[in-house]
Amino acid sequence: MKLLKSFGLALFIIGFGLFNFSFFWASYQITPDVIHTQISDKKKSELLIHESSSMLNQQFNSNFKFVDELHSAFDRVNQSQVNAFGISAQELDQLVASNSEKFSIASVDSVFKGSDETAAFKQKAFRDYGSWLDGQPTQRAQLQQVADNIRQYGIVSQFGFDRYSIKDLTYSLTKASAISPVKNNPLLYLLLTIGLCVVGALIYIFPKLQLAPGIKNNGIFFNAMKNVKWLGILTGSWLIAFYVVLYFYPEYMTNWVLLVDPVSKMLSGNEAGRFFLYGFIYTLCILVMGVRMIINYRHSKYQILRTCSVMFFQTAFAFLIPEIMIRLNQPYFDFKNIWPLDYSFFFNNRLDTLLANGGLGIFMLVWGIALIIIGVPVFVYFFGKRWYCSWVCGCGGLAETLGDPYRQLSDKSVKAWKAERWIIHSVLVFAVVMTVGVLYTYFTNNSWVLFFDSYKLREIYGAFIGAGFAGVVGTGFYPLMGNRTWCRFGCPLAAYLGIIQRFKSRFRITTNGGQCISCGNCSTYCEMGIDVRWYAQRGQNIVRSSCVGCGVCSSVCPRGVLNLEVKEEDGRFGKPILIGNNHIELVE
Amino acid sequence: MKHIVIIGNGISGITAARHIRKRSNHKITIISGESEYFFSRTALMYVYMGHLKFDHTKPYENNFWKKNKIELVFDWVDKVESTTKSLTLRMKGTIQYDTLIIASGAKPNRFGWPGKDLKGVQGLYHKQDLELMEQNTKGVQHAVLVGGGLIGVEMAEMLLSRNISVTFLVRENAFWSNVLPLQEANLISRHIRSHHVDLRFENELKEIKGDSNGRVQSIVTKSGEEIACQFVGVTVGVSPNISFLKDSGIATARGVLVNEFLETNVPDVYALGDCAERTYELPGRRSIEQVWYTGRMMGEIVAQTICGTKTKYEPGPWFNSAKFFDIEYQTYGQVGNELKAHESEFYWEHSSGTKCVHVIWNTMTREFIGINTFGIRMRHEKFDTWLRAKKSVDFVIEHLAEANFDPEFFTRYEKEIMLQFNEKAVLAH
Repeated sequence: MKLLKSFGLALFIIGFGLFNFSFFWASYQITPDVIHTQISDKKKSELLIHESSSMLNQQFNSNFKFVDELHSAFDRVNQSQVNAFGISAQELDQLVASNSEKFSIASVDSVFKGSDETAAFKQKAFRDYGSWLDGQPTQRAQLQQVADNIRQYGIVSQFGFDRYSIKDLTYSLTKASAISPVKNNPLLYLLLTIGLCVVGALIYIFPKLQLAPGIKNNGIFFNAMKNVKWLGILTGSWLIAFYVVLYFYPEYMTNWVLLVDPVSKMLSGNEAGRFFLYGFIYTLCILVMGVRMIINYRHSKYQILRTCSVMFFQTAFAFLIPEIMIRLNQPYFDFKNIWPLDYSFFFNNRLDTLLANGGLGIFMLVWGIALIIIGVPVFVYFFGKRWYCSWVCGCGGLAETLGDPYRQLSDKSVKAWKAERWIIHSVLVFAVVMTVGVLYTYFTNNSWVLFFDSYKLREIYGAFIGAGFAGVVGTGFYPLMGNRTWCRFGCPLAAYLGIIQRFKSRFRITTNGGQCISCGNCSTYCEMGIDVRWYAQRGQNIVRSSCVGCGVCSSVCPRGVLNLEVKEEDGRFGKPILIGNNHIELVE
Repeated sequence: MKHIVIIGNGISGITAARHIRKRSNHKITIISGESEYFFSRTALMYVYMGHLKFDHTKPYENNFWKKNKIELVFDWVDKVESTTKSLTLRMKGTIQYDTLIIASGAKPNRFGWPGKDLKGVQGLYHKQDLELMEQNTKGVQHAVLVGGGLIGVEMAEMLLSRNISVTFLVRENAFWSNVLPLQEANLISRHIRSHHVDLRFENELKEIKGDSNGRVQSIVTKSGEEIACQFVGVTVGVSPNISFLKDSGIATARGVLVNEFLETNVPDVYALGDCAERTYELPGRRSIEQVWYTGRMMGEIVAQTICGTKTKYEPGPWFNSAKFFDIEYQTYGQVGNELKAHESEFYWEHSSGTKCVHVIWNTMTREFIGINTFGIRMRHEKFDTWLRAKKSVDFVIEHLAEANFDPEFFTRYEKEIMLQFNEKAVLAH
């Protein structure tokens, strides 16, 4: 058994090592062909080919160097376009000269005359950017400002590459320019990296079947991985780095994306994107670690069913069905994702896609909205928020499987509870305000709402909450702050589900009379940081908005004190009294 | 405002303090040399096994005590003088009290075995015992446990979690058979053995042998067998920890003697928990009850008395629980290890041999007397109500499903139990 475990671990380490190695294992050579296929605008692609001529015949061994060179090529294109289309000091002098006192916008036409592209652009741009100067006293500084704005915003997006397209193109050009063994034989390397990890992990996990069914918490607080020791910190750092690259620097991980190209082509017919890679690894984590969870808790049917449920919903609903929808030329849609966790549900591009897809698109839209306004309250009333958070949700699914080894790391202090309520409800408010703004813009075409720009706000939400909080902190901090950091402190849907669970639900955790011995297992293993013992030792039901109903408190209780129950609402909150003693009166 | 001093910060002393604080403004001081803050004694095993850190065993955050104006003194009490109402502490001088609550707990028994003081021989009760066990079991291969009770099985589980093999010597013919009926004792014995514990019945310790460093090397049983081991766990019960009360004027026998109000012979001095010995009878109960729950109840009672509502200690129907490796045990009412003359029994065991239910009732009146359940959780509240209402065994069996407290989706056995019960009842007629 020990031998088998070590063998599994060795396989996993080899696979994981190769996976990390493959991150760097490529050289890059860009060709005019590649540039033409990735940039459809002929003029722009020619410009880039021109400016990257120094790169064209060169093979780069480092993706960092390659990306650097590519970025400077983009910069050179932008610079040369600014030089070509920018308004010169001389032209400004002419403008000042022809408007001796007051500025008249009509004077623009006389300064920028001619029928060539440059003059036409300058004329139009100055009229657009400088219309507010019409009738004002002429000041050279103001004219200069207009010219600068044109350089910065107008020219770059029209004739060059703005920062969004640079981001996208760097990624796609790098991926297309890669020359690597991985690219030549992705399937082989997929098996040698991720495949080996999966097989190794399973071989490591399966021998646990030989242990008797029951709680398997021996040695957790001596373990370097599960107790914020070196291995845990290392793992956390790796995860954080992975998320930062995934969300903010995807151009460096193209070699990893190449690994899963064949899988993506098989499913949707398209080349893999970075989020396909992410979804693929994510699903495998839930499946492999789900097997571990089931083996660990195989004495509890509740835990077995719950784990099977998250494994199913991730594999079918989050991973396979959306890819198949794409193969069938339908919109990508995850039927179990609910706004505001799915914060982009009401974004104009998604609404447009759904509305453009006829009956099915409309159905998806109605389905999504029905989940928000009917599904959530009705199911929470009958089952508690667990129906979503620990049975269906993808974030919950990862937390309950990959994250299970870290559940004991959540902070149980009253201080943490206070912080939790402030933070999570702020995120909910943020999500609602952002979405209202986005919808306002959708219907009115006006991006300015009251005092904010709805485009800017959605960008901030996406970067700080969607990527930063949910991804980098939410999963990267598993080994540091426990497996539900996002669900507890950040998820706006959890906040919404929680408000209903707290005030209108049949769900509660019941405590069994006077049987609690205050041992602390329940509180320690509560991933949401609820001090379960506080209630159990005074004989009070646990009715907390954050409880995701994972049922582990009940599983680890050595005296059979805790039980997740749905019953009539009466007496749900219950009096804090321990039964078994005569003549005791309750004093609050 | 009185100054109430409590010796001991275990569950009984702490419960008394909390309830006094809820009901009054008295000045409260708790003295303990064992630990700075209240912790759950029953959780010590989980610290050794790595399920918890010691901090997790503390039911209240450290600032709880200051917030509730309960002063904690981290020191041992060496002497009590009831005539001058003062205590002598080991390090921090003397303390005056108006009311004294003695909740000093117990200490592991150690009979007069040769070699009982060798290094590597110990019991388990205090936090210090846990720390000692941590040291004593470093590098140990094999351990011997003596005495077949709850702490013994806990120690076995602890040692196995560190890959230390265990020989378990039990005087009786089955595990914990001075409390459990033979059927349950056998079920648990089988389960302990399934975890590869070398469990030996009707076997007693004769002597512990040490090496030249004064460390345990082996033990010799009464049957003459010598077993090599580097650790000996002595778990033959605990007795009240009251030696510091010598010459205090407070009457003691095995424990501190108390009446039904938990008062000692000295006015304004109370005793509760593991160290208290009742001088009056409670039907079916021992005069010293060293159980978490009774300690807690005594704390609730004494707080009421001290705050002006003089209250008798009259606990409701007996209940208790434990966990033996993977099998949970709960009991409600009175189930003795031997059936009494006026009692009838029904025993159901699941085919897996890891779950059972044992019901006792009065043969003549059919009044339900008690139930043991292993591997199935039951509702305390239901049995408390049924026992107080003196329900019949037929009622209890018929309504057993209502008392089930197992998690959702767990297999239910009430139907099977009821069928078997009815079958046996028919046979009996």
